[in-house]
Amino acid sequence: MFKQIEGSKAVAEAVALCRPEVICAYPISPQTHIVEALGESVKSGALTPCEFINVESEFAAMSVAIGASATGARSYTATASQGLLFMVEAIYNASGLGLPIVMTVANRAIGAPINIWNDHSDSLSQRDSGWMQLFAETNQEALDLHIQAFKLAEELSLPVMVCMDGFILTHAYERVDMPSQQQVDAYLPPYEPRQVLDPREPVSIGAMVGPEAFMEVKYLAHAKQMQALERIPQLAAEFKQVFGRGTGGLTHTYHGEDAETIIIAMGSVLGTVKDTVDEMRDGGHKIGVLGITSYRPFPVAQVREALAHCKRFVVLEKSLAVGMGGILATDVRMAMSGRGSLRGFTVVAGLGGRAITRKSLHKLFREAEQETLQPLTFLDLDWNVVNKQLAREREVRRSGPAAENILRDIGTVASKIA
Amino acid sequence: MPFQQIKFYQTGTFTVGNRLLNPEDRSVQSHQDRSNAINSGHRACQGCGEALGARYALDTALEATNSQLIAANATGCLEVFTTPYPETSWQLPWIHSLFGNTAAVATGIAAALKVKGRREVRVIAQGGDGGTTDIGFGCLSGMFERNDDVLYICYDNEAYMNTGVQRSSATPPAARTATTMPVGPNPGNEFGQGKFVPAIAMAHEIPYVATATVADLRDLEAKVRRAMEFRGARYIHILVPCPLGWGTASHDTIRMARLAHETGLFPVFEAERGELVSALPMRMQLPVEEYLKPQKRFAHLFGAKPKLDVIARIQQRADRNIRKYGMLKEEVL
Amino acid sequence: MFELRIHGRGGQGVVTATEMMSVAAFAEGRHAQAFPSFGSERTGAPVVAFCRIADKEIRLREPIMEPDAIIIQDPTLLHQVDVFAGLKKNGYMLLNTNRSFEALGLGDFIAGRPAERLCTLPATEIGLKHIGRPIPNMPLIAGFAALSGLIRLESVVKAIGEKFSGKMAEGNIAAASEAYNLIKTRMAEVAHV
Repeated sequence: MFKQIEGSKAVAEAVALCRPEVICAYPISPQTHIVEALGESVKSGALTPCEFINVESEFAAMSVAIGASATGARSYTATASQGLLFMVEAIYNASGLGLPIVMTVANRAIGAPINIWNDHSDSLSQRDSGWMQLFAETNQEALDLHIQAFKLAEELSLPVMVCMDGFILTHAYERVDMPSQQQVDAYLPPYEPRQVLDPREPVSIGAMVGPEAFMEVKYLAHAKQMQALERIPQLAAEFKQVFGRGTGGLTHTYHGEDAETIIIAMGSVLGTVKDTVDEMRDGGHKIGVLGITSYRPFPVAQVREALAHCKRFVVLEKSLAVGMGGILATDVRMAMSGRGSLRGFTVVAGLGGRAITRKSLHKLFREAEQETLQPLTFLDLDWNVVNKQLAREREVRRSGPAAENILRDIGTVASKIA
Repeated sequence: MPFQQIKFYQTGTFTVGNRLLNPEDRSVQSHQDRSNAINSGHRACQGCGEALGARYALDTALEATNSQLIAANATGCLEVFTTPYPETSWQLPWIHSLFGNTAAVATGIAAALKVKGRREVRVIAQGGDGGTTDIGFGCLSGMFERNDDVLYICYDNEAYMNTGVQRSSATPPAARTATTMPVGPNPGNEFGQGKFVPAIAMAHEIPYVATATVADLRDLEAKVRRAMEFRGARYIHILVPCPLGWGTASHDTIRMARLAHETGLFPVFEAERGELVSALPMRMQLPVEEYLKPQKRFAHLFGAKPKLDVIARIQQRADRNIRKYGMLKEEVL
Repeated sequence: MFELRIHGRGGQGVVTATEMMSVAAFAEGRHAQAFPSFGSERTGAPVVAFCRIADKEIRLREPIMEPDAIIIQDPTLLHQVDVFAGLKKNGYMLLNTNRSFEALGLGDFIAGRPAERLCTLPATEIGLKHIGRPIPNMPLIAGFAALSGLIRLESVVKAIGEKFSGKMAEGNIAAASEAYNLIKTRMAEVAHV
């Protein structure tokens, strides 16, 4: 059924259709609307049986999910940004124990400086945590990915983050096709745990593992994610059979066939990129798009295949590996190692909610086509304020807090639209 | 000529093996079908108070729940010495997640059991003083205030023993630890710091809070049994001497626990919904020196020039406890 | 694709206005995307929200910098925010005020722009009258429906019915209807002149 609905509400409805049994909630923007809506569903009795627990921190949220999942309950939580970082120890623990928790990450920047707006720094910081990470391009895909995520997580006994751009998706009202309970039930079977705390068959979970076995246990986690590379496209295909939509999967290509330049990105920015590419195609540019849906596991083979015939690629990413450049770009370049003639460009864009506009993308993509782009570019970076602060730091020792200096240099922003 | 003294067990005593007692009055440990919650073969040190306390607490809880019990365990000595895999001492379903999240993991277990309609299965969380009073305190307080159906047991040996005896917020004043060395003008741990979590648990007005020591194991059993009669958040704080960390003889563990109580330094009491309901009376008040002297962690207070002023301050703490918890009164408060 | 930008202050229902606009467009079978400017703004702070309406899927995620229309919920913003930034030459503008453009010093701005696309509406007063609170958003949405012809009043009413119930729904529908009719009348006058 089509609905015009906020992204967070759409995700909350989809999660409720997945019949979660334990939901842990701790507020942090821009995730909060999701757990609020789920809390209402549980309290009203619409979602039952389900325990909705208002915990005291994100660390507790993940820890409650760990206990619940280990006791055989389908467990869910949602977070973002600082919240994700606050639960990091438990995040690694959940994946290490092989507990299939599903968590929404409403992607948001990490401070300092504190910033509530969207970029991908938060979940990408958990790149190596052992969680799978699926990135949604639209609210429809965010909704669908949650349904697929529970199935993927539980089949492999590994946790999954469904990543959706904070505010840009979570707070956007748009049309989604909301599946029925029957459809979701047909797709997603009840959770059958591989390990469960039960007095009928006592097990000890979480013993210390020494050098004699630690590598094997860790390799197994890697092997499972390699299995996921096979399983994710199958789950997307099965999903299409039941729901009629081709969302999910490992990657999506757009005008990839004859493209000489391919833009690689994750999440909602793909929409703006595609609109820009359409306009450029109208002007005769041979340009295409590769959207990465599965960031972990990383689809090396699919990326290689998608880039097999292009001359150059641009990784447009909302994240920064400080001291190095790109995070996603590192993976793409790794996937393309050995392809000597292929030119790769890293573009860091949209950090802390900086708008990524068609105007900027047009200019950027043309520079990429002409290969005049620097290997590492910061899109729409205001060099004036950066240079001013650098000069200030050269001139005086006590130059003061950098972020506040820059804000003072820029002046009030309330008068600006974007 | 070797001879063995024959002891006469009398019906009035609570000795563990006392088969002359009525069956219902006997210790859980005297039962042939006791659960051996923490089975032999674990790797605890000689004279470990925590192993003893945990064994009694969990066997009692298992008996009280007809073995329908799940335990969550914080990182620490208890976790390490019980699960030298491929061996495990645990005869009940047991999970170790992290150092600071045990109360929350237990909340999750309880929530899962509730949603699955398995009300008969109960949940215990357990950790040392570091995992409880320091790093796990946020999760503990959260579990308390939500009144989640969990019994949390803290085995308090007054420092981080698993990492080599560092100070925790349960370390007593003047005690030597690896991070409060007996050097400088104020040797050992500072006065005026630390916290007594049972009092904080009471401030949450949870259904049941109790303290116990391994010196009075029948009292501990009774408290665990009582705790299992409640639903909601419950807390038992057990003083468990650590020969390694305290610098005491391994055969003195129970004596040290008894002295902690009988000097008044460790109050043993019960509280329901934030109100004190009973205190374990002392037979007589012993001076704190008797407790401090056998412990190497307090050795710097004695010797050629005893630090009488410091000992006096410790004595004041004991006196205050005795007043506050009515430890010398016969009657329940 | 039609792009609308709404300026107002925190507490005036700016975000709700764009959401309702999108719901109304959805009710007419169109694609719509509504999103706020995502500030952590408190009551009274300047707020911007955006709405796109199209006949095919909307993929674009950038803020609306060259809107086809703007609605200004609070005239005091005129001195604080560049509310007209990027407004297309023949774009629509609806301003919540009981004064005239000239009285607000907007004479230069409206000169050379199509008069039938620029309008004022005493939306706060209409809101007070029907809802009992100075919330101008629903009258402005309905007024904008009348001004632009982009969506029908019935769709606005339907959206209100989905969002509110009871007295709030009734009040908002009455306010929306009055605003719609007022703008229709004004436009007829402009056309007549």
